[in-house]
Amino acid sequence: MSAEKLLEIKDLCIHYITEDGTVKAVDGMNLEVGKGETLGLVGETGAGKTTTALGIMNLIPAPPGKILQGEVIFEGEDLLKKKAADIRKIRGNKISMIFQDPMTALNPVMTVGEQIMEVVQLHKKVSKAEAIKHTQDMLELVGIPGARWVDYPHQFSGGMKQRVVIAMALACDPTLLIADEPTTALDVTIQAQVLDLMKRLKDELNTSMIMITHDLGIVAEVCDKVAIMYAGNVVEYTNKENLYRTPRHPYTVGLFNSIPSPDSDEDRLKPIEGLMPDPTNLPSGCPFHPRCPNATEKCARVIPTPIEVTPGHFVKCLEYAPGGLH
Amino acid sequence: MHKYILKRLLALIPVMLGVSLIIFTMMYFTPGDPAAMMLGESAPPEQREALREELGLNDPFWIQYGNWLRGIVLEGDIGTSYTTRRDVADEIMDRFPATLQLAVSGVVVAVVLGVPIGIISATRQYSIFDNVSMFVALLGVSMPNFWMAMLLILLFAVNLQWLPSSGLNHGFRSLILPAITLGTGAAAIIARMTRSSMLEVIRQDYIRTARAKGQVESKVTNVHALKNALIPIITVIGLQFGGLLGGAVLTETVFSIPGVGRLMVESIGQRNFPVVQGGVLFIAITFSLVNLLVDILYAFVDPRIKSQYK
Repeated sequence: MSAEKLLEIKDLCIHYITEDGTVKAVDGMNLEVGKGETLGLVGETGAGKTTTALGIMNLIPAPPGKILQGEVIFEGEDLLKKKAADIRKIRGNKISMIFQDPMTALNPVMTVGEQIMEVVQLHKKVSKAEAIKHTQDMLELVGIPGARWVDYPHQFSGGMKQRVVIAMALACDPTLLIADEPTTALDVTIQAQVLDLMKRLKDELNTSMIMITHDLGIVAEVCDKVAIMYAGNVVEYTNKENLYRTPRHPYTVGLFNSIPSPDSDEDRLKPIEGLMPDPTNLPSGCPFHPRCPNATEKCARVIPTPIEVTPGHFVKCLEYAPGGLH
Repeated sequence: MHKYILKRLLALIPVMLGVSLIIFTMMYFTPGDPAAMMLGESAPPEQREALREELGLNDPFWIQYGNWLRGIVLEGDIGTSYTTRRDVADEIMDRFPATLQLAVSGVVVAVVLGVPIGIISATRQYSIFDNVSMFVALLGVSMPNFWMAMLLILLFAVNLQWLPSSGLNHGFRSLILPAITLGTGAAAIIARMTRSSMLEVIRQDYIRTARAKGQVESKVTNVHALKNALIPIITVIGLQFGGLLGGAVLTETVFSIPGVGRLMVESIGQRNFPVVQGGVLFIAITFSLVNLLVDILYAFVDPRIKSQYK
């Protein structure tokens, strides 16, 4: 955790205000990403991972989305206070994003070349010929023949589309890359290829990365730090070694226990009991308490705050708070 | 692509055969005697009978239909008008330029008004602009053309005397009111279609991708979104244009424009069978060709469709 700070999220709250109620998609989030570091953002569907990413890019669809409070400090400046024109200069340039579903993330009526060129021409002062050259180089970088820049997305397979999206995200040498489940839509062999590619590119270009995933295996492979999210909250936040050696939060422990071990003879999976709460109607106190094996009456009353249990290891659980669970 | 166009053109042949049979049958069973219409009710029966014989109206149905079809296929002769004794093809071609002018100018007005209104409504969904323009569009769809035409004439031709009230003799100026009449109705339909199509597209992931690249909002809307939303918009424009090419009877009547629509209505009144039959065939062909044109345009808008045209 000694790397120079690149991105700092302070007390970020993003809510979706709908007719059916208010969804606290991100609720009081604090995170840091250092230069060259990779942060894993882990959680179930609906935990607020993608909302966090869109919040950093200032791309929350409004309405219904609203950033209520907080700061997103990138290279010393609060992105949320920037003018639309200024934030556009950062999007796709210094911060770029790899979206979840490669099938829908590319515009079907534009060639992949046009789509990559677009971001190059927006942020770099280059001639058209140079932009085309750069586009072809980017495609080659992700393992697609440069000559295919004139092809349309429907002419590529899913894995190739994802690589096109990655090429697009890397085209302007971003300092921060946000990858939103870059491998979820892909089959396992392609997943491995894409992960290898991203790791290699990260090492070559020294890009910082936020890796959004629900796969703890991917975290172990690529991340330096991990934030575990549950119902809009970061419940545990530490470096990879701490997380895998000494998971503290009952949710994190539950996640690890639910991974089937190849050594044991058990036939059944061990899931965390219960379901994700209704996002418009979160439980009182700690949002995890109805599913938590250690929960007490106090957990239903008191909202926990992040506690630094060992240096650099934050846990949002009353068990570690002064006074404990009772 | 060429093969596809050729296939579509060949497919026109059975369509035209069907259209010809239907229209011929309908005219055959239409009450009223063309000979009586041409000679007047007071003409002696023998004279009428002689004319019926001359026109072949006493032949059996299949003989009449066969003769007509043979004339078209072998000699390219659609028939001769009962009233003017001129070639039906010439009669239609005399009227077609007026109809074409009207159709083109009407569609231009419709597209220029409808598409931008639809785009702005979609990007500002539920804003005042959206609500007002969609309400006006509903009015535009509901308002009868002839009423709109009369109101326009009353205001701009009679009271203000800025524009001519009828005919096509004043060049561009005489097209303005008819074009607005036809264009507003079509614009309303196009605006509503553009809005709903754009609303669907701007929620897509690739629009978010475009924003995430740092693209300006106007380009996101007009380049990334519009091109994806175009297919249904082009379809509606094509249908409107095809319909207008068949003649806008009411508008042509109110503005006294000698177009195909009026020719058809007059000919039906006179039981001028060859002109009606020829006119319907002509309208069916233009409509089919416009449809083909629309289908070809799809391929230029959407590469996925292009790859299917073989």
